[in-house]
Amino acid sequence: MSSIAFQHVSKTFPNSTHAAVNDCTFEVDSGSFVVLLGPSGCGKTTLLKMVNRLLEPTAGEIFLDGKNIRALEATQLRRRIGYVIQQVGLFPHLTVAQNIAVVPELLGWERARIDARIDGLLELVELKPEYYRARYPAQLSGGQQQRVGLARALAADPQVLLMDEPFGAIDAITRASLQDEMLRLKNTIHKTILFVTHDVDEALRLADKIVVLRAGRIVQYDTPYHLLTAPANEFVRELVGADDMVRQLSLLRVEHVMAPLPKNFVLNGTPTILQQDDLRNALSKLLQSGASALAVLDETKPVGVLSLEQIRASAKRA
Amino acid sequence: MDYIFKNPLVVFQLLWQHLFVTGIALVVAILISLPVSLLILRSRRLTTIVLGILSAFYTIPSIALIILLLPVTGLNEWSVIIALILYVQVILVRNNVAALNGIDPVIVEAARGMGMNRRQLWWRVQLPLALPVMLAGIRIAAIVAIGIATVGAKFNAGGLGRLLFDGIAQTGRYDKIWAGALAVAALALAVNLALVALERYFSYTRKIQQRAAA
Repeated sequence: MSSIAFQHVSKTFPNSTHAAVNDCTFEVDSGSFVVLLGPSGCGKTTLLKMVNRLLEPTAGEIFLDGKNIRALEATQLRRRIGYVIQQVGLFPHLTVAQNIAVVPELLGWERARIDARIDGLLELVELKPEYYRARYPAQLSGGQQQRVGLARALAADPQVLLMDEPFGAIDAITRASLQDEMLRLKNTIHKTILFVTHDVDEALRLADKIVVLRAGRIVQYDTPYHLLTAPANEFVRELVGADDMVRQLSLLRVEHVMAPLPKNFVLNGTPTILQQDDLRNALSKLLQSGASALAVLDETKPVGVLSLEQIRASAKRA
Repeated sequence: MDYIFKNPLVVFQLLWQHLFVTGIALVVAILISLPVSLLILRSRRLTTIVLGILSAFYTIPSIALIILLLPVTGLNEWSVIIALILYVQVILVRNNVAALNGIDPVIVEAARGMGMNRRQLWWRVQLPLALPVMLAGIRIAAIVAIGIATVGAKFNAGGLGRLLFDGIAQTGRYDKIWAGALAVAALALAVNLALVALERYFSYTRKIQQRAAA
């Protein structure tokens, strides 16, 4: 896996008086999922494109695993980095299989290895290989195209994945299912992922850490929980909706706030909830059942209890 | 028609000359139009200027243009060939530019982001996507060249135009005029059909439709 380090990176476009990206310094840990979040025009896409050198910074350096990316040839660098864009950009004259094969072919893989890789990747993104291999992009729905786009980006097993609003042009229902899949993939593919979005919910849902950008500057770089509970300023507070208690609850897990199991606890019909569930669901269950407390389970046996009191306490602490 | 059957060798020889003149002109014209198109594609202003100049050539009557070339290249087929190259340039360049501009820039950016170099981008992405529209330009250029090349007979270039001019010069030889007109028309139609087939062969949208229907 690979870490990415940005050091005082700035970018001013020709014929522009202000910097699109202004003195950004931060580090993306190896294997983490970092989201670049901000309103349109805040420089998030510009920042992303400097990693695979589609854009060159006017000042500052970017390091991949401690190595300055300018020391590498741009084409070589790009073949090591998966790239997914909002409009997908599949090659319309190539089949799904040929699209996925592009980077492995550029790298000179053997045919048999490429073929096996195509099948494996299509299965990973939940498209049946025997059905989809020979299809053309025009024959796929938007959601399916983006799945192929993701498979294509993963083809040569890059250590780093750059995703530029990959679900931005997809309807809400399909987007939610693609986000679920992204969460699942995150734990199976072990990549360092840099993900651009302007959708706050998407960012809070997917990210290990979020870079909040405004007018080319980093406003805050933190975990979703800290952005909500300790926003750096009014801008972040409003952007992430930190005053929205229900949203905060949906980001906190039951296991973090539950009370220990009382002695001689008997389940006896008490409503239950799983420990990895979020507090928002817990609150909903409490109100629905009218019970004073929920029994918290780890798969099978009760491990704690959760009452309205604990939920209130956690919200206050925030 | 009679004339064609009675003098198949004469007609065949003229047909061959006609094909030779237009063929050479077309091949050279295509080889010139590609780098010109790629060069002017980078600047909209350059595109307007170059297409303007090429259009101006197209407006010069063919006989006048060939006459202008005679002092330089002499009274032979090369004057005709050079005139043809200049004529079809505007058709070829305009279609090439339209074809390349028609490629979604997102696809080109995706290709670059995946690590293709310039050459790979051209052969794997730009050319296959632009080829159907480029071929349409080549087809129109070929038909125009076949038509204009008939004038070449006046300037010692031979070709099917000889039958037309002879038929006019010799009284009562309508058979020659008919033979020439029919042969030129048949040649244009045949070339048109062949190039249409080539366009269909290289059209990826057609492949997709076939796949969908299967």
